[in-house]
This record gives sequence, C-alpha cells and structure tokens, in this order.
Amino acid sequence: MFTWGNLVSQMFNGLVLGALLALISSGLTIIYGTLGVLNLAHGAMFMVGGYAGYLVFEGTGSFPLAILGGALFVMILGVAIERLIIRHFYDRPPEDQMLVTFGLAICLVELVRFLFGSLSKSVPPPAWGQGVTQLGFMLYPTYRLAVVGIVALALGALYVVLYRTRLGMIVRAGIEDAVMVDSLGINVFRIFMVVFGIGAMAAGFAGIVNAPVVSLSPDMGEAILVQTFVVVVIGGVGSFPGAILGGLIAGQILSITSMINPGYSYVMLFAAMTLVLLVRPRGLFGPRSRD
Amino acid sequence: MKTTKSSAGEPLASRRNFLRQAAVAGAGVGALSSAGLTSGSFFPSAWAKDEPPLGTWPAGSQGNSVFIGISVPRTGPYAVQGEDELKGYELAIEHINSGHPLIKAISPKTTKGVLGKEVKFGVADDGAKPNNAVQNISRFISENKAVLMTGGTSSAVAVALNKLAQREKVLYAVGISGSNDTTGKDCVRYGFRECFYGETAANGLGPVLLKTFGKGKKAAYLTPDYTYGHTVQKSMSEYLNKNGGWTTVTNQVSPLGAPDFSSFLLNIANSGADVFLNINWGRDAVLSIQQAKQFGVLAKQKLVVPYQVPFLAPEVGGNLMEGVYAATDFWWTLQDKFPLAKMFVEAFEKKYGYKPEWGANACYLQFAFWANFVETAGTFYPPAVIKAYESGQKLQSTVGEVYFRPEDHQLVRPVIIVRGKKAADMKGKEDFWDVVDVLPGEPLMQKPDAFGCNLGPST
Repeated sequence: MFTWGNLVSQMFNGLVLGALLALISSGLTIIYGTLGVLNLAHGAMFMVGGYAGYLVFEGTGSFPLAILGGALFVMILGVAIERLIIRHFYDRPPEDQMLVTFGLAICLVELVRFLFGSLSKSVPPPAWGQGVTQLGFMLYPTYRLAVVGIVALALGALYVVLYRTRLGMIVRAGIEDAVMVDSLGINVFRIFMVVFGIGAMAAGFAGIVNAPVVSLSPDMGEAILVQTFVVVVIGGVGSFPGAILGGLIAGQILSITSMINPGYSYVMLFAAMTLVLLVRPRGLFGPRSRD
Repeated sequence: MKTTKSSAGEPLASRRNFLRQAAVAGAGVGALSSAGLTSGSFFPSAWAKDEPPLGTWPAGSQGNSVFIGISVPRTGPYAVQGEDELKGYELAIEHINSGHPLIKAISPKTTKGVLGKEVKFGVADDGAKPNNAVQNISRFISENKAVLMTGGTSSAVAVALNKLAQREKVLYAVGISGSNDTTGKDCVRYGFRECFYGETAANGLGPVLLKTFGKGKKAAYLTPDYTYGHTVQKSMSEYLNKNGGWTTVTNQVSPLGAPDFSSFLLNIANSGADVFLNINWGRDAVLSIQQAKQFGVLAKQKLVVPYQVPFLAPEVGGNLMEGVYAATDFWWTLQDKFPLAKMFVEAFEKKYGYKPEWGANACYLQFAFWANFVETAGTFYPPAVIKAYESGQKLQSTVGEVYFRPEDHQLVRPVIIVRGKKAADMKGKEDFWDVVDVLPGEPLMQKPDAFGCNLGPST
C-alpha cells in the first residue's frame, strides 16, 4: 500500500528503529574495536537492560530511574563479566571467544526466563509520552518520537566520552592500532574493562528505552543481535560514526521494505551488507588498518 | 525439513493393497478407505497380533510402558502458550497413570495406564519452528519408539507433523492449531485435532460481530504470514463480507515473530477501518495490540481477536481487552456449566497454581481421548486405534459431549464466544472473560470435503 504519507510515516519508524540500532551497535563496535572480542552476548545485554529497568520501574514507578537503573546495572554486569570471564579469553582463538560469549548469552536468557517466566512484561511509557502527537501530516506515538531524542542524547554522551576525553583517545587509538597502544605503556586491561562496561551499558540503556515500545521477553535480544551485526559490518567494524550511519541506514531498509513486503526486509538488509562488503570491505567508516 | 510425499497423492495403489490385506484378514478394514464409511464394530485385540510391524508397532508397546513424544515451543513467540499446553499434557499423563476419576469419566475403560502400561514421555522445545518439531519427534520415534506424538501451537508445525505422522505411521494428537488446513487440505489418517479452527471461529464469531457492530462495516486485518493466519483471515473475511456486506479495507500480513508491528499498524491506522481484526497469536498478538494502542488504532477502531490467545489479557495489560470479542476453545468459568470442566480446572489449579487456559484443556483432552480409543480398540496397533477414533463414538469432555468426524479427523465440539470484562466486573485476578455463548460445533463446520481433505491410508 504505497502512498507518500505512508512512506513518510514509515521513514519515521525507520528513524526510531535506526536510532536504537545505532546505539546498540556503537556498544558492540567499540567493544570489538578495542578488545577484539566479538561479543555474542550483546543482544542479551539489551534484554537484561530492559528487565533491570522493568524491576526498577515496578519498585519506584519512575521511568527516569528505570532508565538509570537499567543502564547502570548492565554496566556493572558488563564490568563483572569482563573481569571474571572475558579477560581469560583475550589470548584464546576467536572461536573460543565467540563460544564463551554465546554461552553467556544463553545463560543470561535462561536466567531471566527462570526469574521472570516466559510471560512478556511491559513497561508503560511515562505520562508525558503517552498518546499520539499530531505532526500536521500524520499522527505518531509521542513516546516513539521521544526515543529518537533520548537516543540522540545518549549517542552525544558517548561521543563526548570517545572524542573529548583521555579515555576516548586511548580507545580510538586502540581501535586503530592496539599493539602500539599497549607498547606505549598504557594499562590496556583497565581500559578494556571500562570499554566493555560502556559498550554493555549502551545496549542495556537501549533495552530499557525501548521497553515501552515493545514488550519484554527473554529472547528479545536474539533478533536485535543479528541486526546489530549487520549494522556494524555496514558502518565499519570499530567505527563509532559508522555504527550511527549504519544503524540509520538499516532502520530505513527494514522499515521501508516492510511497507512493500515485510518478508523481504531481512533479505534487503543482508543484500545491503553484501553490497558494502563487495564494494568497500572495511565498511563505510571502517579504519583503513582493518582492510 | 525432510520432504515427505503427500499422502493425498498416493492413495490408490496402497489402498488396493490395503483392501486386499483386509479381505485376507477377514475384517472390515476396508471401511477405513477414503470413502469414509465406518462400521460400528471394533477389532478384537488378537486381530492385530497377526499384522506385520507398522511404524513403532509392536516395538513401542511390548514393554511395561509406552512412550509419548511431546514437542512444544518453550522459546520464541509462542513459548507462553507452549508451557501451558505442556502442563495439560503432563496432568493428563499423571491422571492416566493413576486412573484419576476425570480420565475415567472421559475414558471409561481406563484403570491405570493405557492397556495396563505406564505412560512415559519426553519433551523437546521446537520454538514453534516446523523443522525443529520434525527433528524432535523423529528422534522420539526412532530412539524411544513413541506410540503417540504431539506438537503444534503453530499450524505450520502441525501441518509438518501431520506429514511426519502419516509417513512414520505413528498417531499424532495435534496440539493447538487454528489453520483450516490441519484437518483440511493437509489432513492425514494419522492426525487428530481437538481444537476449533478458522472456519468454526468465523462462523461462530461472525454473527456476534454483525449483531454488535452492524452491517456494511470496514474491516482491517493484521494477519501472521503462514497457514494459520491466511486461513483464519480468509474464513473470517468471507463470512463478514458475504453475510454482513463488510469490506476489507486492508489486510496487513506480518511475519511470525515480528519484533515490531509499527509499519503494519500505521497502514491500519490510516486505513479508515471501523473494526480491527487481529489474527496474530502468542507474543505477536500481545505486542501488536500494545502497539496498536500506541498508534491510536484502538481509539478509532474496535478490536476483535478471532482466534483467542491464552494469557492475552494479563500479558497485554492496561485492560485493553475490555469489550473485545473473541472465539475460543475453553474458558475456565465453563466449570459452572460442565461438571468435567470443574474437575479439570480444580485439578489443574491445585497442581500448577493458576487457572488453565484453553491450550492446557485441549492438550489434556487430546491425551484422554487417545487413552480412550486405545482402550476401546484393545490394542496399540495404529489402524485399529484409528478405526476406534473414526467410529463416531461420543465422548464426554470438559465442553460437553463431543466426537471425531471420521472424514477429516476433526473433533466436533462447541466454539466458545467470549468478551473481555471491565476491570470493575472482575471477580478475581483471573476473571478476564465473560462467556457470551457456547455454540454447538456441527453447524459451524464446513462440509468434510470442502477444504480438500484426503486422509490417505492407515497402513
């Protein structure tokens, strides 16, 4: 059902989805870029963020506290996981790293299922975000519009950390050339821990911000993980701006294809990824060193 | 998935063979052919002993116990409903093995176990994916010599298992499956369905909708993209358009397990429809209804759920189901009407701590019926058990007297029409629905051959 009005509304949908994907993917991409670990538990972090925020919301009734609680919890969880598990895998082959993070994802999903059951949980949008907003040419759910703003703020904060702090400088240098950073005498282990925490937090934050849009279920992270990988490949592994652009592109592809034929939305997404891999293997903004 | 040849394509040669064997055996097995005739008499158990091995017979029933292979979704979009089904199965097995009065009311010949053998079972998760379900059940058949298999929740799974059952010659008690195809074009001799389906839902709910909303309305559908969604949508829109002059302004087809329904809901919001019929199921139904609220669809359009989803009201929350009409298989307040429903609800709640939803009821009944027909046949030999199923024997159940239609193996059973209660009217935290009507099943069903059912041979 193609109309111009419809196309514009779908592009709004794509923007909301794309913003979320951008945030989650930035977490994944800085972890991979810095630590060299492909974190297959990243989708589970997204899910845990949603559930942790849900608990805080149930306890306090405050949505801002839920966002804060959900994001902080996942950051602490990320730090703990890095210290207790991931750290022992830096010198192991990539297959081992993938297996351990994959196993971790299964454990987290099943733990949440055990604790919360399979019945999906919902977090209502905050009072100011309920209802629809008249945009002149169409109606759109207010909270979804707010998601774009909230995510933009979070990405802005991440930008400041990565581009305006010493930590960020080290992280970016590490993505370009980890060996050199190490040989400059920087304590990479501490940096790794912080990066893993921040990366996980990005996913957890997205999880709770997204909770009023979808209902929470233990396996919600699986689909998002796949999309996130595609975003990272399109944007360029390790690239923060790449993750943002890749996320926005992926959001539009998924949304606009859904309007025409939803069955093809994933096909188009992977087609775009294949195209990028063929034409520009390091992705749109991938560091040259990764060619 | 391994492909199997449709039984519908090869009936002649094997049927001839079959008839010849039957003649030699001197028994009226010919009645099993697709002509659909039934003779009232059953086989003496001695008859089966002379037959060559068939499927898991006799290997599966030679010991002190028999095995049932259960495949349910415990993950994915239908996980919640799968767990409820599993509880129904487990309670039935417990009752069969202990000779519980409820089982005896449904299966009068049952003492303890089935034909004196203890029932054991294995459970596997299929995530509502046909491939996984076929693998799970194939393993139960080859490793455990399962004498009965079950699975469903998704009709795509049910159709795949139908084919597996027919190929492997193992009886299949269909779990939840709402597609017309399950006992229609994809029906098999070895599969039996308890629950209501698209056509009976449409013919049951349709008149209620016309009475409530009037004629000449505009309808928007949100349809999951597989056999269940397509057949329910077709039955529903055909009824409303033909009998009420309704028009379908949009039919949005969404993939099973979609993470977000906003694209489809935007189209529905802009469609100008009066009534929004959401055929989605499981978590997809929960999510799409919550999002419909976000997009303002529920403020403008009346929501209808043609094929009711267990746990929908508590999962959706926010009292969004108030005043919503749905067709269903069972609701626990039917205990006021049917004594066996009361026994079932009480036994279930005692064991699991909540009121059973319709999936648990359907699955409990399926195993109870199977126990009854094996006891009636006096043997586990599948063709004899099938013959018992096809005898038209009246069965007592939690929804009154029911029977299996011999031509397509569909249970003839009432369809329950429910309406979501106001929060203020709820007499307890699980009192979500008012039972508006209990409609006899037979007038709601299509002619047995209308959906192209050809059962195929039993041997």
